[in-house]
Amino acid sequence: MDNVELLSRIQFAFTIAFHYIYPPLSIGLGVCLVVMEGLFLKTKNKIYEELTRFWVRIFALIFGIGVATGIVMEFEFGTNWAVYSRYVGDIFGSALAAEGIFAFALESAFLGILLFGWNRVSPRVHFMATVLVALGSIFSALWIVVANSWQQTPSGYRIEGKGMQARAIVTNFWDMVFNPSSIDRYSHVLIGALLAGSFLVLSVSAWYILKKKYSLHAQAAFRIALWVAGVSALAQLFTGHRSAEVVTKYQPAKLATMEGHFDQSAPADMYLLGWVNAKEQKTSGLKIPGGLSFLVHQDFKAPIPGLNSFKPENRPTAINFVFQTYHLMVAIGMTLIALTWFGLFRLYRKKLFETRWLMQIFVFAVFLPQIANQVGWYTAEVGRQPWVVYGLLRTSDALSQAVKAEHVLASLILFTLIYVMLFGLFLYLLNKKIQHGPDVANNGETSSRMNPSFLPMIE
Amino acid sequence: MIEWLNSVRELFNHSTIQSFKIKPMDTVLGIDLPTWWFLLIGALISGYGILDGFDLGAGALHLFFRKEQSRRIALNAIGPVWDGNEVWLVIGAGALFAAFPLVYGTILSVFYLPFILFLVALIFRAISIEFRSKEPMHWWHQLWDVSYCVSSIVISLLLGLVLGNLIQGLPLTAKHEFVGRLRDFFNPYAGLIAITVLSLFMMHGAMYLLMKTEDRLYARLTIIANNTSKFFILCFIATSNATLIYVPHMTRIFKAHPELFVLPMGAVLIVLNIRRSIEKRQYRRGFISSSITTALLLILFAMGLYPNLVLSNMDPKGNISIYEAASSDNSLRTMLLFAAIGMPLVATYTVFMFWTFRGKVKLEEHSY
Ligand code: HDD
Ligand code: HEM
Ligand code: HEM
Repeated sequence: MDNVELLSRIQFAFTIAFHYIYPPLSIGLGVCLVVMEGLFLKTKNKIYEELTRFWVRIFALIFGIGVATGIVMEFEFGTNWAVYSRYVGDIFGSALAAEGIFAFALESAFLGILLFGWNRVSPRVHFMATVLVALGSIFSALWIVVANSWQQTPSGYRIEGKGMQARAIVTNFWDMVFNPSSIDRYSHVLIGALLAGSFLVLSVSAWYILKKKYSLHAQAAFRIALWVAGVSALAQLFTGHRSAEVVTKYQPAKLATMEGHFDQSAPADMYLLGWVNAKEQKTSGLKIPGGLSFLVHQDFKAPIPGLNSFKPENRPTAINFVFQTYHLMVAIGMTLIALTWFGLFRLYRKKLFETRWLMQIFVFAVFLPQIANQVGWYTAEVGRQPWVVYGLLRTSDALSQAVKAEHVLASLILFTLIYVMLFGLFLYLLNKKIQHGPDVANNGETSSRMNPSFLPMIE
Repeated sequence: MIEWLNSVRELFNHSTIQSFKIKPMDTVLGIDLPTWWFLLIGALISGYGILDGFDLGAGALHLFFRKEQSRRIALNAIGPVWDGNEVWLVIGAGALFAAFPLVYGTILSVFYLPFILFLVALIFRAISIEFRSKEPMHWWHQLWDVSYCVSSIVISLLLGLVLGNLIQGLPLTAKHEFVGRLRDFFNPYAGLIAITVLSLFMMHGAMYLLMKTEDRLYARLTIIANNTSKFFILCFIATSNATLIYVPHMTRIFKAHPELFVLPMGAVLIVLNIRRSIEKRQYRRGFISSSITTALLLILFAMGLYPNLVLSNMDPKGNISIYEAASSDNSLRTMLLFAAIGMPLVATYTVFMFWTFRGKVKLEEHSY
């Protein structure tokens, strides 16, 4: 692997992983906002309005950083992966262009109304803006995941040209869009985003409940978010299972990597926890013997092709990494189901908000879906290696020819510095907004927001 | 229109480029698909230049406003709309990726560091607007004001530098391999275009702000608009002359089709009209004129380019034409349908957004 390749991969992985902190929160929170504002319109209860206004402020912060880091991603395809861009432009480009036209334009235009339009449009129009922003972010996830899914399981295309001139051409647009993995992966990604957003609401509300601040607001928000999270957590198990089936069928080398299965044709185990020693081709840990065979073929003895049935140059190299990230995601998935349904049970018993230890867990649980979202992508993307387009184009061939290693190093250092600073500021400002809390009308709290910079100054 | 396009194509066929052959191609309304996308991307980039142009101009002028109150008003004049404006860039780049992937990869990787710098500046502009009002401290405001202003200037200059280099052509071999160095990117002609773009945006931004402000800030902006427009006219004259002298290939089309000379003449008249509007204090009219100027300058550039997208200054075979770079007809046709459905929607959102925030800026509790 030469330096340009290594550095470009690190840079892409770093920038997309950083970007992906924000989109799930934007999407999930967007849906929660629609519920809150919808309840306000329906019940005319002030609490819901104050809640909506509070969460809109947090949404704005998250969304802003999502936009700023997203533009980097779009351009990076051209700057660092010029050959890739040419190879997949016919296909990938159309998805990205559709995303811009149908999703980003919707999001960004109505974001202004969502944030600044409170006194300029009627509550109904404002609600419409909220719905459209949420829809826009849901659409944007659709197109980008379709593009990525095509990379994982290409279909509806033919290859034109040879060698470095080769490129993929769309033969059937709808086959390209509904390639074998897009529906399952899109639903998995979307629900992952709902989990991320709802757990942020849960965490902040649990903290208020523990601090006995804004209790009415916090409990109302907690209830909404707990339902969203509970239903999503269960659905995530289902969509994750569907994704695993697709991987089994279309990316057998990735499946073998995810479970650390080497033998060419032995039954495969399923690990709950484990460690892969790739050199000695040994996987050890806590396992259900034949478990994977059972999940795939409903038979504990059915053989599954292991890594050794693939040529060395067609296998992922970071086997233990993929194994660990995959198992971490599944473990978190199970934890989220347990946590949310236990919470719902306590809610049904009307004891939820008194259970302090549970509230404490919810304060920190915000990290779980975030981590699962990240490691889920690591599994999918690192497990896809050495291909950038599965079976068609190798990552090492996809690079820009005109770019020099020292330029990529410079940009990587620049992005690292900026993103570290950005992340620090994000946490600082998020914390500040949470400490500040919702503006509650009847106890004079509104005026506390009127800090000097908000008062018109006399010139 | 169609005949005209064909004649332009022939002109190029006979004179410089033999490398591409015109296949019998799918046409929509008599215009072939790559040409449709050339026009569409041109429209998107012009849209971006007009819309984000005034945001960038307002940003570049930001430090000229001294009072906290003025700076907040100026910021809130673009506050609700700048993000929607920036989306035109996102769509334009996406469309270039989709329709001409070869060019997308070539331009972005050849200008690697300049584009990285551009992205960094876009990040800083976005977060400066976002973060400035989040803390009451004076130094905090000062910090983000400077960052906002500098990033707006850097974005404008880099756009101009890239444009300047594209006008001159790049050192591409017949196989489209880039053999230049980063240093070549910073040359006098490109520098001149960069300053022209910056001055255009500053004038444009000043007129936008004039439509959104009152009283003291308004008074100050009248002076700024006056000065920036004079400066722009100087740049405009210099650029026109430099282009005639140093990059004659951009003017070839006018020699072959003298009737097209109305366009540069029109540009001159519109620019003069900006001055007139400013002297008469009709800023809305001036703003419309500077919008048209932005579009016209890009149209002139596009006419010098067509049917190429990237020119080589080494070997005419190195030029990348729209036919060579285009995606498949199938893909182009599907996306044209998307654009036909999507662009009216985008235009509707844009109009709705500006209509909602029409009138002079009033600071309220949600303002930045
Ligand atoms: C699952 C969802 C998802 C994924 C996988 C990605 N994004 Fe993203 N992106 C979004 C979901 C999203 C969003 C929710 O729509 C954002 C984040 C927050 C926001 O403001 O919009 C966004 C913003 C955003 C923007 C700014 C849009 C604007 O100006 O409004 C661009 C250009 C991109 N993204 C591009 C990309 C690219 C090229 C990606 C892949 C490499 C990518 N995103 C991965
Ligand atoms: C947002 C969530 C995503 C995450 C967290 C993610 C993560 C990663 C990681 C970690 C790598 C590096 C793999 C390696 O070097 O071994 C990678 C590579 C890559 N990913 Fe993704 N990815 C995401 C989304 C996408 C999407 C949506 C696309 C395209 C539509 C995409 C396209 C690519 C490409 C082109 C590479 C090439 C570089 C490489 O393989 O090293 N990724 N991604
Ligand atoms: C509950 C058990 C879960 C199972 C069985 C599961 C299964 C999977 C599988 C097999 C993949 C790889 C798909 C591919 O490579 O194409 C995947 C990817 C992913 N997972 Fe999960 N998952 C689970 C839970 C979760 C949770 C809780 C989250 C987040 C909150 C999550 C987020 C993701 C993401 C973002 C990806 C990458 C996108 C994709 O490829 O679909 N997963 N998951």
